[in-house]
Order: sequence, then C-alpha cells, then structure tokens
Amino acid sequence: MDIYLPIAAVSLDGFVLLILGAAVGFLSGVFGVGGGFLLTPLLILIGVPHAVAVATSANQLVGASVSGALAHWRRGHVDIAMALVMLTGGLAGSVFGVWVFALLLRFGQADLVISLSYAVLLGVLGLLMLVESVRTFLRHRRGDPVQRKLHAHNWMHGLPFKMRFRRSKLYISILVPLGLGFLVGTLSAVMGVGGGFIMVPAMIYLLGMPTSMVPGTSLFQIIFVSAAVTVLQAVENGTVDLVLAMILLVGGVIGAQLGSRFGAKLRGEQLRAALAIVVLVVAAKLAADMTVTPDQLYSLEVLQ
Amino acid sequence: MRVRLLAPLVFFASLWPSYARADQPLLADLSSHLIAITTGFTGASVVLFGATDGPGDVVIVVRGPERDMVVRHKSHFAGIWINTRQVTFSGVPSYYAVFSSKPLDDIVPQPVQSLHQIGLANLRLQAKSTSLDSSEVADFRNALIDDQRRQGVYDDEVGRINFLGDRLFRAQVDFPATVPTGTYFIEVLLVRDGNVVTGQTTPLVVSQVGVDAEVGEFAEHRALIYGLIAVASAAVTGYIASLPFRNA
Repeated sequence: MDIYLPIAAVSLDGFVLLILGAAVGFLSGVFGVGGGFLLTPLLILIGVPHAVAVATSANQLVGASVSGALAHWRRGHVDIAMALVMLTGGLAGSVFGVWVFALLLRFGQADLVISLSYAVLLGVLGLLMLVESVRTFLRHRRGDPVQRKLHAHNWMHGLPFKMRFRRSKLYISILVPLGLGFLVGTLSAVMGVGGGFIMVPAMIYLLGMPTSMVPGTSLFQIIFVSAAVTVLQAVENGTVDLVLAMILLVGGVIGAQLGSRFGAKLRGEQLRAALAIVVLVVAAKLAADMTVTPDQLYSLEVLQ
Repeated sequence: MRVRLLAPLVFFASLWPSYARADQPLLADLSSHLIAITTGFTGASVVLFGATDGPGDVVIVVRGPERDMVVRHKSHFAGIWINTRQVTFSGVPSYYAVFSSKPLDDIVPQPVQSLHQIGLANLRLQAKSTSLDSSEVADFRNALIDDQRRQGVYDDEVGRINFLGDRLFRAQVDFPATVPTGTYFIEVLLVRDGNVVTGQTTPLVVSQVGVDAEVGEFAEHRALIYGLIAVASAAVTGYIASLPFRNA
C-alpha cells in the first residue's frame, strides 16, 4: 500500500516502511543503540531524500529510545546519574558539532568526511569489540577461572572530581563520562545519528560499566539528544517528515520491545560479538562505497 | 493560497496575445487543470484535447516548474571517490515530455525544434559561473538529463497525439508518482510545412491537497511547534507501544 509522505514528497510502500522500522527497532532493542546509523542509509536506499532521511531518523529515534529505555527502566537497568552527566557533555558537544558541520559544508566535502570518519571509527570499534568478545568466549570454553575484576584500573582513575555511580558500581572522575558525552554529541551532530554505537562500546570498555546497565542508560540519554536534533532540524531545515517517522515508529517500537527481551537472554560477550559484527558490516559497506567505482560519477542536487 | 497560485498563470496567459486571435486556428484544453496529490497518490493521467482549423500537425511540450540544480562529478583520488568538479544549471525544468502527431523529424526541421526547445537535446540549460570549458559543461548537462530520465521525470520518447479526422486531436499525459509539485506549462504548437504557425500554453497545477498539504504548510510556517509536536508524538507513541510489554 503506497503512502504519500508530505515532507519527503514521495510515495512509498507503507508495509516496507513498517518492516524497515521493525528490523532497525529490533537491533536497537538488543544493543541499546538508536539504530540511526542503519536507518538513515536504508531510508536513502528506498528513495527518501538525504536530508529528510537524516532528520526523520532523529524523530523516530525519540520514540524508539523512549520505548526501549522504558523496557530497561522496568528492570532497573538505567543509571540516571551517569546518563545525566553524559547528557550534559552531549548537549555541549552537539552545539560544537553543528559548528564543525557548518565548516565542513563550507569546504564542500561534508559527505566524504562523514563517510570516511564513519568507516574508520566503526571499523576500529568493531574489531576491538570482536577480539575482546571472542577472547572472553574462548576463556569460558576452556573453563579457565575468570578473574572477576569489576573493571581494569588505568589512567582515568587518577583524574579529579570523582563521583560515585551506585547503579553502575563505579567510583570514577566525572570528567570521563562528561568528555565521552561531549565526543558523542559532536559526532552525532556531524554524522546525524544518536551516537549509541559509539556510546555503548565506550561505556563498556572506557567507563567499565556493567554490560546490563549499558543499553538502558544509553537509550535514556539518546531520548534527549534525538529530541534536540529533531527540533533543530525542523526549525533549521524543515526536513522532519512526521508521517514517515510515525510509520517507522509503529514498526520500530514493537521491534525494540522484542529486541530488548531477546537481548536480555544473551550473555554479555555474545551480545558484544553480535554488535561487533553489525558494526563491522556497516563499516565495510561504507568503505566499499567510497572505493568501488560508483554507478554514477555524476550526482545531482536541487538548490532551494 | 489559491490566489497566489493563480496570479502567475494569469500573467503567463497574457504573454500569448498573438494566439488569441478571433479565427483561432488552434484550441486546446486539459481534462483537468489540477493534479491533487493525496496520501494514496500513485501517479495521474491528464487528457489534452483540442481542435485545429484545418490540416496540420501538433506538437506538445510539457514543462514542470524550473529550479536550479548542481551537478557534481566524482574522481578517483587516493583510492576513494571524491566530488571534484561541479556545474550549477539554472532554469532546469523539474518535468519534461514531448508529444507529437507524427515523428518529430518528419514535421519539424532541427532549427525549429531548437528554437522551441522541442526534445531533450534542445533543452536550454544555463550553466552558471563555471571555469570548465564548453565540452566539459556539455558532459555535465548530459549527466543531468540522464539522471532525470532515470528518475522518470524526463521522457526522451516522444508521446503520441492521436488525430480524429483532420481537426480533432487528443493526447494522454501520464505523470509518475514522483511528479514534482508546482505550476506546469503545457505548450501546444500547430505545425504546417515545417513551421510553427501558432501555439497555445495551458497551465497545469500539481499540488498537495488535504491533510498532507496542511502538514507541509504547518511544518513550513510553524517550524518550532511542528518540531515539538514531532518529538512529543514520537515520545507518546514510544510510551504507548511499551505498555503491552510492561509485565514482561
């Protein structure tokens, strides 16, 4: 059934949109990532204009992350204190990111810089996660006595302004989550995504949070970042398609609920290995897109 | 809104005084002057019909609203593909199609086709301030036309106009689901002995109507409120959707 999308100004099959929303929602529920890094390119692929795809993904992320965060909240898997600290950094970071983005646009290579940084970042993250989770997995198989240290101590434990995060059983410097939030905020403004795929691994490996607390805390934080991005996009560019977002959401929220249940059944290292593979596939796709001879050497853009 | 749309039509209609002569060698009209894009829109057909005052051939040129377009060209650089050169064209029609009662080259000589911009090859696209030479600009122009053809908004095949007897003619213009909105101009030309003897231009408005149009207008004029509503409705949908799973 074709549905006309008022802002995107195209007709698309509503059923395809529902399935797309559900698939991305499922992933976001399992891993606690918003799924924007998958949704945006998929929307572009099925014919939604680039700018509308970016902005509308942010809008549907609001709903998907509310739904996902609530599911984790009911299990007590949201560290509010940690989320608020990261959010503070995140909002400052997104303001900085918008400025960086304007700079990139002026030099005319924003698309390239975005793809390139995506590919490098996702590639490195994915590899690190895959190696770590496979190692843990093998250790389990061999039945080695696993040393259950909560987390490794490193340079960041020497930083000042320490704060206790009870839910995460952490006593660390507030500067680390603040800085992480800032970094993710910057990246999400530049790349047009919620940033969960960077946030989640960083919370596990950098902050040393328990894996169970990570998706809920990340999603809780993404609610606010994506809400801010949606309003900014609507005001600045008028590219938020409410009809498209709502269709994606209906599929997405159901997918997210199923995903978060499914994720709760998986062991930490299985979850991390699966996320690593998803991240690597996206990185490989982006890298391939840049190096493979494009179908069309020419690209068109309508000037408003 | 309606008045604003009609104003340019009245203006353009007044540009064709020579065709509004009393003897009226050519008369043409559309089955509808408005294509309304609604939620279930999957494309539309409009029938153009008319009469001539005697034997002759008819050519129809359909042009969508014009806008500026940038065409960028990628080059292989250090292993990756980068946008390196670009040309901006102004006056690019968002839709273009030609219809004819006989094969074009049989009834209209090349210079006349060029003069009246009949056919994609004769479309005049102005390249704005570029350092590239004319043969390179031609490559960009061809790339633009190829792309628009793939998008289904430029038709390089000449559509058929059927004559009923000597004088009455009709043609069916099919617009795809992706038809751009705006005011279209449908130029009907009467051709005799290789010359365009007269012509008539009929406007056609392609517009969003109903809820969609209102959403679009609201998004444009009340952007902040629209953004906040978008966030709120997404959040509420997310909350409602999580309720059935509450006791999981």
